[in-house]
Amino acid sequence: MTCAWQAKLDRYVDSELSGSELTQMEAHLRGCPACAADALSRLQLKRVTQAAARRFSATPAFRLKIENSIGQANASRWKWRWTPAFAAAAALVLVLISAGVWLQRARGEQALGELADLHVATLASANPVDVVSTDRHTVKPWFQGKLPFSFILPELQNSPFKLIGGRVAYFQQNPGAQLLFEFGKHRISVFIFQNRAELGRLDSVSALRSKLSFNSETWVQGGLRYFIVGDANAADVHRLGELLKSAARS
Amino acid sequence: MPLFASLYNFAHWLTQNREEAEDLVQETYLKALKGFGSFQPGTNLRAWMYRILRNAFLTSRTGLSVKMTEPLDPGADAPPLPATSDTPESMLLARMDRQAVADALERLPVHFREVILLCDLEEMSYQEIAETLAIPIGTVMSRLSRARKSMREMLAAKGQGASS
Repeated sequence: MTCAWQAKLDRYVDSELSGSELTQMEAHLRGCPACAADALSRLQLKRVTQAAARRFSATPAFRLKIENSIGQANASRWKWRWTPAFAAAAALVLVLISAGVWLQRARGEQALGELADLHVATLASANPVDVVSTDRHTVKPWFQGKLPFSFILPELQNSPFKLIGGRVAYFQQNPGAQLLFEFGKHRISVFIFQNRAELGRLDSVSALRSKLSFNSETWVQGGLRYFIVGDANAADVHRLGELLKSAARS
Repeated sequence: MPLFASLYNFAHWLTQNREEAEDLVQETYLKALKGFGSFQPGTNLRAWMYRILRNAFLTSRTGLSVKMTEPLDPGADAPPLPATSDTPESMLLARMDRQAVADALERLPVHFREVILLCDLEEMSYQEIAETLAIPIGTVMSRLSRARKSMREMLAAKGQGASS
């Protein structure tokens, strides 16, 4: 006796029947003792085969050998596989760092350029300073109430630098003092602002720079950021800087 | 180590020899590592590993001799054989023991043995078996049906021999 359903018994035993086929098969098995017995016998054979076939196991020595060879192969594969990735990542980091440095330098240059513009605009004005005095005791108090900070203005009587006066300057939306000094025929501006994080990047610009023949110098002291911009030579600009620094230190 | 125990067992069943099985497993892992780039994530790792092992077996000395002596795909397109529920061997299955089944499995031609092992022992789906053996699903079903029939016949013969 053969039944059409018998052709599907292997698939039933192997759980390969789809939802509707499975339902139909189960319904058939309830009504067909021959198929039910056949299904049971196939299922038994499958189970006994499964148990009987799990027979061979590798020796621990062989397992260790394979583990070691995989470990070695993996290590070298990993090494070679990731070398290009590391190289690419390193190159990217280098590019990013150089880009960052370049950007900082560019921004620093831009900041110094803005200050040079302020200096030039001041000199071009008919009234370059708002407080006209060579006396530091007149100039410094003039800034009271105009700036949210105070600064030390040294006595420069015995130096070649002569104070002309001062005015309030704005740099990157922040108020600061602009002091104008005379050195021979040269005019030099000293800008003093409260130091801010974004001004920190100016440190990456070398302290003394020349741009469009202006010499400039910048430093931070006592929470204030100083800039000197002028067309005097670099050594003289630096000298003025040193005088201001030593005054602020004392 | 993924699949090590089952791959070794499968290799031993194919080669029937410990040393050859070890060589086969070693070759399989090395090939798998070497060719891991060709493995497509999301596809079946197990089928992929078994396929590597089986291909390595087919090119091994034992595998080549098997190919020479056994038709690789006999009756591939033949329909599944009719079931044999009314024959005495099915009744004998209740009495069969593991050793008898193991002996029958051992005597099966390799192309039958491997499909039985993948289906019954590894519990692979027909689709996975088709991927592993690189054959159509229809061939998996017909080969499985023939392999089981062959096993049942061997077990029945043994049972009759034992009872006579």
